[in-house]
Amino acid sequence: MLYTDLTHISTDEEYNKLLQENENVMLICGRMGPMCIPVYGIAEELEEEYPHVKFVDLEFDIPAAYPVRTLPEVRGFMGIPFTIYYKNGQVVKATSSIQNRQQITAILDEYFEK
Amino acid sequence: MNHYDTIIIGGGPSGLTAGIYLSRAKLKALILNQGAVGGQMVLTHEIANYPGVESISGYQLANIMKNQAKSFGTKIKTIGEITNLDLLSKVKSVTVDNTETFTADSIILASGGRSRTLGVPGEDTFKGRGISYCATCDGDFFTDKEIIVVGGGNSALEEAVSLTKYASKVTIVHQFDHFQAFEHAIQEATEHPKINFIMESTISGFNGDDKLESVDVLNLKTNVITKIPIDGVFIFIGYVPNTEFLEGKMERNKWGEIGVDSLMNTPISGVFAAGDCIAKKYRQVSTAVGEGTIAALTASAYLNDLKTKK
Repeated sequence: MLYTDLTHISTDEEYNKLLQENENVMLICGRMGPMCIPVYGIAEELEEEYPHVKFVDLEFDIPAAYPVRTLPEVRGFMGIPFTIYYKNGQVVKATSSIQNRQQITAILDEYFEK
Repeated sequence: MNHYDTIIIGGGPSGLTAGIYLSRAKLKALILNQGAVGGQMVLTHEIANYPGVESISGYQLANIMKNQAKSFGTKIKTIGEITNLDLLSKVKSVTVDNTETFTADSIILASGGRSRTLGVPGEDTFKGRGISYCATCDGDFFTDKEIIVVGGGNSALEEAVSLTKYASKVTIVHQFDHFQAFEHAIQEATEHPKINFIMESTISGFNGDDKLESVDVLNLKTNVITKIPIDGVFIFIGYVPNTEFLEGKMERNKWGEIGVDSLMNTPISGVFAAGDCIAKKYRQVSTAVGEGTIAALTASAYLNDLKTKK
């Protein structure tokens, strides 16, 4: 259970619907751990500033996380959270472990122009 | 519009406490915070020594403090970085991200600290690809693999022992010939069959392609560098204060910490400091809360003096 204010994805159906219905998506796949919580917090703050981006989280240890954990883009990742950025359903960027606000906004600005 | 009685830089336990006290005193307080509200407190899985609360996650305690501060009227703004700062003028100002400027009659510096990094080539590249700063977060990625733990304090030794649950072999690399940890932590690590030691050495480089594959270990006595194939490296080498934004604005000690007196006054009038960014020995949530309280009360008295002098 992720105790965040973000929209939670918890089934394959929700995951597929998310990618079908949203042009720009930032998905954070993690646990309630020290490296993940700051990333959720930053995403919560950015929801208002980036209304054209859908911010969601997905628990790392549930079956619905399987499609994310097996993406080719996360091969070699050995630190949670896995943060995936999707444009029209396609992965455009993925990061491993904690990221700061500047690192996240740099990616959002590069791939999801307002 | 953007003028406050007090601007608090940092939203960890000391900054949030200062916000609670100032807002309760009907003073206009703004917290400017980088990252998640709660500071290093959110990095703690369980806090069991905070009086009045038997056991709670750092994230939950941070949320309670945040909501408490907000309920009394403290404004909390997430920022990228501080790009300009005027502490010396009577009306102080903080510019964030080169776009927005806030002014205040007083400032509380509560910017906290962060984990120290080695600062050697490859460290950024392989963060999350073999380099980790959190054993409980990433330990299971290293099941049956060989790892290195860097450091010789309590965190390093305790986390090295906890990582033996996953790793087939743990090697502790430490720069001195002795550890700076409690005796029980040293004993547990040194007696563990899976743990080995490389003393008086440090890592001088990380190598790999898609993920970390080897490290360069520098022997500090002989200056000989040995390349060691490795799957993961966990780094626990202490903390540094987040005070770089004060460069040229306020003097700090050789560790970058801010000097304060017992009332949390800094050398600059109207500027106070609290929490892990100040020079002190003990860094606990409870001490940060205490210092945040004192800083807010001293700031309140300062603001009251300003008003009566007008």
